[in-house]
Formats: sequence, structure tokens, C-alpha cells
Amino acid sequence: MNNPAAGLKEASVDHDQGPILEAVHLCKLFPLSSLNLSGKKRAVHAVEDASLALKPGHATALVGESGSGKTTVARILAGLYRPTSGTIHFRGEPAKLTDKSYLRTYRRHVQLVLQDPFSSLNPVHDVRYHLARPLRIFGHAQNKTQETEQILSLLNRVNLSPAEQFIQKFPHQLSGGQRQRVAIARALAVQPEVLLADEPVSMLDVSIRLDILNLLLRLKDEERLALLFITHDIASARYFAEDTLVMYAGQMVEGGPSDEVIQHPKHPYTQLLISAAPDPELLGPDSEKGVTQLTTRGEIPSLINPPTGCRFHPRCPHAMPICSQRFPDRTELGGGRWTHCFLFGDDESTSQKSDNSVKGVSMQTAQSETKLEK
Amino acid sequence: MVTNVSANTRSDTLLKVTNLNVDYLASSGTVHAVTDVSFTLRRGEILGLAGESGSGKSTLAYAITCLLRPPAMISGGEIIYYPRPSQDGKDNLRVTITRLTKNGKSKHVKDGNVRSIEETQSINLLQLTPAQLRDLRWDDLAIVFQSAMNALNPVMTVGAQIIDVLRTHRPHMGADSRKQRAIELFQLVGIAPDRLRSYPHELSGGMRQRAIIAIALALSPEILIMDEPTTALDVVVQREILTEIIRLREKLGFSVIFITHDLSLLLELADHVAIMYAGRIVEKASRRDLYLHPRHPYSYGLLNSFPSLHGPRRKMAGIPGSPPDLRAVPPGCAFHPRCPLVIDVCHEVLPPLESVRGEDPGQLVACHLYNPTFNATPPSTTDLAGKYEALAEESGAQ
Repeated sequence: MNNPAAGLKEASVDHDQGPILEAVHLCKLFPLSSLNLSGKKRAVHAVEDASLALKPGHATALVGESGSGKTTVARILAGLYRPTSGTIHFRGEPAKLTDKSYLRTYRRHVQLVLQDPFSSLNPVHDVRYHLARPLRIFGHAQNKTQETEQILSLLNRVNLSPAEQFIQKFPHQLSGGQRQRVAIARALAVQPEVLLADEPVSMLDVSIRLDILNLLLRLKDEERLALLFITHDIASARYFAEDTLVMYAGQMVEGGPSDEVIQHPKHPYTQLLISAAPDPELLGPDSEKGVTQLTTRGEIPSLINPPTGCRFHPRCPHAMPICSQRFPDRTELGGGRWTHCFLFGDDESTSQKSDNSVKGVSMQTAQSETKLEK
Repeated sequence: MVTNVSANTRSDTLLKVTNLNVDYLASSGTVHAVTDVSFTLRRGEILGLAGESGSGKSTLAYAITCLLRPPAMISGGEIIYYPRPSQDGKDNLRVTITRLTKNGKSKHVKDGNVRSIEETQSINLLQLTPAQLRDLRWDDLAIVFQSAMNALNPVMTVGAQIIDVLRTHRPHMGADSRKQRAIELFQLVGIAPDRLRSYPHELSGGMRQRAIIAIALALSPEILIMDEPTTALDVVVQREILTEIIRLREKLGFSVIFITHDLSLLLELADHVAIMYAGRIVEKASRRDLYLHPRHPYSYGLLNSFPSLHGPRRKMAGIPGSPPDLRAVPPGCAFHPRCPLVIDVCHEVLPPLESVRGEDPGQLVACHLYNPTFNATPPSTTDLAGKYEALAEESGAQ
């Protein structure tokens, strides 16, 4: 395709079919500068084999501890990092993120909301400036009147009212929750179809978090946004997202419908994550102390020399010799559930199976891909 | 019973804060960060302080340790510390402090009279000189801050930092025994002693926080104040640190004031929980009472702000609005602009912190809804839930 940007605009949007944004086998290494010239090049293996699919009107949560690579995935999807390997499909076509004009159009459709609203807004500019820029750059507003009109409607959509007052405020005059609303409004200004939210509530006060989550949920339904919700809090993943993916040290270990994953975790790491989450409901009538003991200790390994095979094996209570030899294939557990763990999958089915299953994040994807090939 | 400590349980009381007020003197007006806060900490108790940012919980922690610096100042109240009746094992310094600052009539009391010592051997922390405070801190009162990376000195090994504390506070201790103590402490908090030679940047977040706890425990303090000790950590590490705190508390018998915004954490950890809003304690109860039947609408809202891992998925609503600006706290009950159950009197009259009529006396709440004069039928937990659910539906319909 000679003009990918034009092609992108013309593509019809199939809302109910298949994912709008899909990542297949993403891998990202951050090379380390090393003084040792003779030694081999070292790198931080931040993401190794991440695949996910985002559908319109559908929220997917990506859960993991810090250092699990979840933010890197979001940044790759936003076009901020170039993946070392792996492909991104946008509307069923491979996204050419190296092409500048394509990237510009891509960003018009895929927006990122950052974690820290205290540093993601420019302190010397007011709210109008923050929201006017995307409107102007992407040509949604031609003149000042249109601009003001759209800014006011954006502020109302994120429940910042009276909007007329907020338009002239500076970030320091806003509370954390209000700033995050401005950040969300800024992302919405370009009328995106995909919103990547990187820990959008973890910097906010507890009483405000639910408000922001509910706002995002409402926007998801109203505007049919495809949402990626990155979080370390597995309980809010369950509240927020239809699907949950669990990442550990750059590898995706388990995924499926949120309730299934959280109520019946299969992968030992998911089980660990859930047993570690604060849960006041453990306060049974008999329990003297609600605090449960963990079966597993330790922390996320260094990603410069990550453990071989399944990266969880040094901490895993069920580790087997094979776990340190290679990363287990994806095992489908039915109902959209899958996990990468030898406890559930056998190694007799070879890589062929895993290839098929990764492609078939949904069957419709595979179909749309074949359509395109034709 | 948390507040009224009768004479026979006084030996059980470790710290008593009465009507404490802390103000920040700002050019735009005085900010009352902590207003009229009273509580009692008993020996071996874990007291949780929960609230949003700006509710005054950290200021309170700093006030208890007398670490506040201008423009903050303590404008009223007292903080009384009851040291363990002097043991021969402890050095004489503390006895000196006690003697120096005994309250009022203590001059006439002879040391042999145990009961009167118990009554009088208390220290008002607010009257101590900086030198006396320095002796008291760490020996009796240690604090663990939120950000372990900032609390540790980046150019000293963690071992040297422990030994530094011991050298300052235990000048008579030999170099070998100091080192021995440092090894003991690291083993106590579950770090391999060979990490004593590591610099802070060589340790992971969880290990740094453990090292900080080891330093805080170096002189076996009676009170450990923990200001959001696990907020910067991952859930798995957080769980390990909490388990560690509980284990150490059982082993060493210190008391903990645990400050966090994460109420669900406190419900697992603390014996008693105090909820702060706009500088005041609005509810104080045992963790079970608070979990099973929170009384204050704010407590309920806070509890309801955490999505649950179990049960049906339902639409939840946070607390509407945002925390008040402390320069202009709303009159009456500070929570009234955000309260879904607000009644007229809330706009004008400040509710006192008192026990709910006819029910468990341990649960104190500052809310007019439980005062028969203003509201005939106090709301039940289901009533609170109903109001918040209506709010959730309303926001969903928007």
C-alpha cells in the first residue's frame, strides 16, 4: 500500500467483529550500554511474547507487578516504543509504525492515558491549551468558536462541571482526580477508538478511584472504546474489565474472562497474586488474624538475565524440571481461558498447536486475516 | 474500650493523645491539618489510621514523633507517653527523662510506691527539649517512612546505617557487639546478613523496606509508627512485609500505629482502626466492627471504594466530590457536602465523637444520624448501602 494513511481512513469500521487492535508475539529488549566490549551485548528482556486483542466496547485488563512489562506493552501499542519483534494489527492490517504519516493517523485512533496526572499535564498551560492542541492538530476544530464548543463538551463528558470554569484553570488548581479527568478528556479529544489506560487510578485517592473507573466504563459503553486497562490491583481488574490477562516478568501467563481468572486461577503466579491481595472478606467469624501466609516468596527476577524457561519457576511451588528448560506452550482451557503452564498443558502437542491458538485469540480474527489476504 | 482507660488498665496504656491540634501557618491563612484528635494506644496493639490524602494522618504521625517543622506547629493538646515501669535492663537516661518531666505532683512521690509511679510516670512529649527527644526517639519511638529509598542514605551501606544508630544511641556498645546486633536485626526481618554490605540501590524495594524496619527496631522501641510503609510496594511484597510486621509484633511486643489509605489492608492487620476525615477522627472501632457495620457514611464509602475479589460483580460508586480544601473546611460536619445521607443539622453543628446509643461501646462515631435528637431512627448498614447504591445508579444513568 503506497499511502497507508489514506488506506487507514477509508477502512470501514466493523464494530462488532473482531478486535480493532491486536498484538501478536510482541517482544521488546532494551539494550544496555556495556563497558565490556568483548562480552556479548546485554539487554533487559522487558517483554517476551505478549499477545492481546482489544475489541470495541470491550475492556481488557493487564495485571502484573511492577517490572512485569505491562507498561512496556502499552507503550509499544501506543507507538512510543518500537517492538524488537512481533506485529501489531490495527483494524486487521499490520500497523506500519515506522512510517511517520501512518503513525500520525494511528495516534489519531489510539490514545494513551498515563498513570501520573501530576506530571502528565504541563504546569504552565491551562486546561484550554491541553485540550485545544489535539483538536487543532488533528483538525477537529477549525476556528476558536468550534474549539471552545468542543472543549466544553469534552469537559462535560468527563464530568468536570461547570465546564466554563474549568476551561481556564491551571493544573495546580485542580485536584488529582480532576487532573486525571483532564488527561482523559485530552485523550478523548482526538476521538480515538482505542484507549490505553496505564494505571489510570493508582495515583489517586481511594474515594476518587471508583469515580474515574466508572467514568471510563461509561465512556467505553457510550463511545464503543476498546480499552486496555493496566493495573496491579487484580480486584479492580475484575470490577472493570471483561477479560483479564496476567503478566509475569515479561511473559503472559494466563488470560480469559475476568471472573473465571480471578475466581479459579490456574497458573501458580495468578494464585499467588490473588492470595496476596488484601481481602477483608477473609475475616471469618473464627479467624483471629486475617493475614494469610504466602506459599511463595521472592520477587520478580532480574530481566537482564531472566530465568530460563518459565520465568516463574524459581518461585513456583509446583516447579518441575521441564519448567526451567523451556517456556510452556499455550494451553486452552475452554471458555476463552488459556494459560502457559506445564501443570495444565502437556508437551506432546508441539509448537504448531500454540501457533494456532495464539492466532485464534478469537476465531473472527483469523477469519478477518484470511479475508484480507484474499 | 479504646478511649476511657480506667485506673486498673492504665499500665496497659502506652500512648495517650488528647485533643491534639496541628496547624500549618500559611500566608493564605491557617490550615488546621489535625483538629481535636484523641486516641489511646495500648501495649502490643496495632492501631490503624486510614483516610484520604490530606486527611491529616501523616501530620499526626509527625506530631507524635515531634518531627514537625515550621510552618507546622502543635497548637494544642498533649501527647502522654507511659514508658514501661523502669526495668533494670534499660539504661538510666530514660529514668532521668521521666524524672525531669514527671507530671505535676510527682515530685512528692517516693519511688517505692509502684501504683503512684504508674500514675505519674508519664512523659508529655510536647514538653521535652530537643536533646531529650533525641534520646526518646528510636529508643522508645521509631518511625518507618513511606519511601524507603529516600529514607536510606544512598552513599552508606545499610549495615553502616544500622551501626550508626547503635553508635549514637548506645555509645558504650563495642564495635563487635554492634555488628552482631546488626546481623541479628537483619535475620529478624528476613534478609541474609551478607546484604549488610550492600548499598540501598543494590537492594530491591521489598528488601529496602525490610532494612528500614530493621533500623527502626534496632533499639527495641515500644512504639513503631509506620507511615504508608507498603504503598510503594507490589502486592506480593506488601503481603510479605505485613506478615513480617505481625510476626515481629508477636515476638517483640511493640505497638504499631499503621497509617495507610488502603482500608482493606487495615481490616486484615489492625486491632483497631480510626478513620480520619479533614483532620478529625470520624469513626473509631475494632476492625471487625468496622468491617461488619461501619457507622459513619464516610467509613462506609471508603470501605465500598474497594472492588471485591468475590461475590457478584455490581456497580459501585465512590464517594462523590473530592476531599475538602483544609483552608476552607465546610462548617458543621466536614463531610456534609459529600454525604448521601446529609440532614439539615449537619450543615451547622459539628458532631462529637461518641459511642452509638445502646450498642457496642467500643465503636465511636462522629455523626448526627446516630443522635436521637436529630434523627429518630439511626441508619443501619443496609440503609447506608442503599443510599450509595442509589448514587451508583444515578451516576450510571448520567
